[in-house]
Amino acid sequence: MEHIPTTWYLLLAAILFSIGAGGVLIRRNTLVIFMCVEMMMNAANLTFVAFAREFGSTTGQVFVFMVMTVAAVEVAIGLAILVELYRHVKSVNIDSFDSLKG
Amino acid sequence: MGIELPSLNFGALLPVIIVILTSVMVLIFDLALSDKRPLGWISFVGLMFAGGAGWIQQSMEGFDPAFQNMAITDGYTHFFNLIFVVGAGLSVLVALGYLGKKGLQGGEYYAMLLLATSGMMIMAAGTDLMIIFLGLELMSISLYVLAAINRYSRASLEAGIKYFLLGAFASAFFLYGIALIYGASGSTNLNGIGEGLKAVPKGYEALPLFGLGLLIIGFSFKIAAVPFHWWTPDVYHGAPTSVTAFMSVGAKAAGFAALIRVLTVSFGFDGSMFADNWHVAVATLAVLTMTLGNLTALAQNDVKRMLAYSSIAHAGYVLVGVVTGTEQGISAALFYLMAYAFMNIGAFAVISVLEQQDAIGTNLEEYAGLAGHHRVLAMLMAIFMLSLMGFPMLGGFWGKVYVFLAAIEAGWIVLAIIAVLNSGIAAYYYLRVIVHMYMSPVSDQSHAINLNSAMQVALGLAAFGTILLGVMPARIMDLAASSGLFG
Repeated sequence: MEHIPTTWYLLLAAILFSIGAGGVLIRRNTLVIFMCVEMMMNAANLTFVAFAREFGSTTGQVFVFMVMTVAAVEVAIGLAILVELYRHVKSVNIDSFDSLKG
Repeated sequence: MGIELPSLNFGALLPVIIVILTSVMVLIFDLALSDKRPLGWISFVGLMFAGGAGWIQQSMEGFDPAFQNMAITDGYTHFFNLIFVVGAGLSVLVALGYLGKKGLQGGEYYAMLLLATSGMMIMAAGTDLMIIFLGLELMSISLYVLAAINRYSRASLEAGIKYFLLGAFASAFFLYGIALIYGASGSTNLNGIGEGLKAVPKGYEALPLFGLGLLIIGFSFKIAAVPFHWWTPDVYHGAPTSVTAFMSVGAKAAGFAALIRVLTVSFGFDGSMFADNWHVAVATLAVLTMTLGNLTALAQNDVKRMLAYSSIAHAGYVLVGVVTGTEQGISAALFYLMAYAFMNIGAFAVISVLEQQDAIGTNLEEYAGLAGHHRVLAMLMAIFMLSLMGFPMLGGFWGKVYVFLAAIEAGWIVLAIIAVLNSGIAAYYYLRVIVHMYMSPVSDQSHAINLNSAMQVALGLAAFGTILLGVMPARIMDLAASSGLFG
């Protein structure tokens, strides 16, 4: 079977990371921004796994499990805050969260 | 055939373990108690025990690395543990005095505060990027909750969501940086990275350099360095004041703890292009952070927001110490963070006393004539403002002196001059508060000020620490210098 070089995985990860970072900066819907952050984290995960396979070491793979756990916790907290905020603002558009200015 | 269990060396991480157990205890007692104030005192006692454990560790011989080279307990860890215990202890006292007024007294507040503290301690002790990442997340996630803990206040929730979004964004950068460094060096252990990078052939340095850049961006968010600071004023302004006090001191110190260890251990070896590059990058950050923080603070009329910008500027001063990369500069940065813990929490404690409802009562006008109707509070605020400004014989002064001297000695003369000019600019907005308190007529809407015992202890300890560091800085400086990061 044809062997896919590690560089391809790294390139894909870099593209995913850039799309995610661009999305965070451009999109205004908080939920979509959450998803973009997840995409950035998963791009990092893909990089870890690609390198771990290249080196034949497990460190990178173990790291990915840690990241997945942390990402799940982060989203849980983020959504909880967003739900509470929605009760006040009735919107998930980040431009409507503007009571703090100065 | 037996399985040989790895030695974990729990003793080396005793302070962290004590803090985590205390937070679990707080959650359990939360179920049984209807009056939540004892929970604050339990947290305070737990933090004192953690500090005591750190004290005992310090008097003992060096510790072996714990958890398979994942964490280490050296002089550097001890010093930062001391900063975190001081910061968290004072914040608990401020919270005890402040939360009741807001109707926020609850077990989860103290539990989250303790978990954030344990995350900070893990960041300072971590010698593997995996552990530093986990510590960072433990701290950050607890702080997101704390910032948004007043769920009846739109400002607090907005502060929480902003902190969360930018924090998660920064974590992703941090993580991708770790992934690239792992790819370049084949390790996530700080020493292993240093070894691995020495073997990187000439012309292939782009990958680890890019990784290092992303790592520095991730840390810059946490320490609120310009241009990664936009979240700071909004979050510090919107979060409950007792949380802001803790966040501005603890999260910043923890970010610096991990940043300094990573830069010096993994990327500090002589003659490498990495060292040259991060010195320049951090120097640029330091100049931008100091200058922009101070200039924006000049325009603020809200004291809480002004202190948010001032905390950005202070991160710039500490970065000046980091830039040098010398033992003297790092010790100066450590001393600065200790002094900053006392004076900044003190200043926020005064704000929390005067604050009434949501972000009302933090305007500079409210401080007019404060000396007339509450002399002690005005005097304490004056001490904290003067110390933040760098007035001689107070803690903040020696922090600045040590940092600037270290920069000059390491040959960063221009940087030191910019830093001195900046502390001159800063004098204006700190003195403005004092002038308002002492020289303006009493404002009509002045209201009764009630200082409960916890708040009195917090203010007293913060002022005592600020003055003590100013009168006898040498002892703490020796402690910082013996941090042993340079073997």
